Amino acid sequence: MVMELQVEGLALRKGYNLLISNLYFALKPGEGMSLTGENGVGKTTLLRTLAGFSAPFAGRIAFVENGAQLESEDVRARNIHVLGHHDALSPSRTVAQELAFQAKFLGGEPAAAIAALRLETLLDLETRYLSAGQKRRLSCARLLMAKRELWLLDEPMAPLDADHRALLARLMQAHLAEGGMLIAAVHDPLPFQTRDLRLTRPTREQQEAAIGV
Amino acid sequence: MSRVTPSLTQAAFALLKRDLGLSLTRSGGPLLAIGFYLTLMAMIPLSLGPDQAVLSRIAAGLTWLCLALSSLLSLERLFERDYEDAMFDVLRLGPLPLGLIALLKCLSQWLGTGVILSLLTPVVMIILGAPVDMSLMALTSALLGSLSFALIGGMGAALSLGTRKGGVLMALLVLPFYVPPVIFGAGLMQAMQTQSSPWQALAFLGAYALFALALTPVAMGAALRSALN
Repeated sequence: MVMELQVEGLALRKGYNLLISNLYFALKPGEGMSLTGENGVGKTTLLRTLAGFSAPFAGRIAFVENGAQLESEDVRARNIHVLGHHDALSPSRTVAQELAFQAKFLGGEPAAAIAALRLETLLDLETRYLSAGQKRRLSCARLLMAKRELWLLDEPMAPLDADHRALLARLMQAHLAEGGMLIAAVHDPLPFQTRDLRLTRPTREQQEAAIGV
Repeated sequence: MSRVTPSLTQAAFALLKRDLGLSLTRSGGPLLAIGFYLTLMAMIPLSLGPDQAVLSRIAAGLTWLCLALSSLLSLERLFERDYEDAMFDVLRLGPLPLGLIALLKCLSQWLGTGVILSLLTPVVMIILGAPVDMSLMALTSALLGSLSFALIGGMGAALSLGTRKGGVLMALLVLPFYVPPVIFGAGLMQAMQTQSSPWQALAFLGAYALFALALTPVAMGAALRSALN
């Protein structure tokens, strides 16, 4: 199973505002990409569009496996993990409950992920009592439980301490070594070799052309 | 890379279990709706006077009205909590389509609140003076009615997701669709009191529940997709 991501001529809008235009890139197994750019340039919107959560304004996002293009609904359910900058956790449920649910819903087993992310001592706590960094570690567990090719990470390192940044970086490298792919929106460069994609604001002409003035 | 994808039924059961747990424990759970229901019903004899003849005649109709309002009460937050917690980011990456996720949420809402309100319905009717032999039919019809209420209410909750003060908007959207079950349910009770056949009204109640079961997932899926974009 070798999946590849191809992005051709992608343009994204938020409201009437053109964020990204004419974006081309391809991502192959084992490749990681850092997404940089100033605040509001569209990093999160790009990640959410790649995940299929919102539709592109123009252009094409294709997931190709062995020469055949995959259905985007299937890709979302089987090949993609999304880690948003909001941790998707229910505040009144315990860490163990959240892990058990995610394992059943997305696939996999919690045990290895708990050990890898050092969550043992947190299992009985309700997630509302966790610090931002602990929440992020808990969110990362699903990346490890259900094996999926493409990780879309939105500022994954932001709330973590130095130790756990290094830990997450190792997990990301292990994922790439296994033939996975990842795209991470970051402000500080990742501590390993990645391709860089720097997003810039579209020019005034591009804006006007998109709106059709 | 070896992928593990859970089956549709496994994921559906996991979601149903999670949501049922949440609807039973979070923010008072069904107690809020039950308290509202019982308080409304307790106010009826206080406002109309304790005349047994009057009360037993209108008990069934009023019970249905209160059931509809109590069902509506807890539906406002059906999708909102997961929306605010960004849980939909995880739910959308599972094997279930959005419409099915919404349907399961409505079903857990029904199991956690609607069923309990339905169990109370015959009791409340008897307290208000309806004949005891109506209780089985009252329970059956309340179960069917509250299922319709949960599904139609889920549609309203999906449509008003992301709007401020969505509760009032939702009530306006949903209440017109609550009219048929109220009519059939109260009609069924009246038919029983006048010794005519209740089956026709029960069939309509069942048909309405099936109609809601078939159509609302499509509507909820579309509404959620647009709200989550």
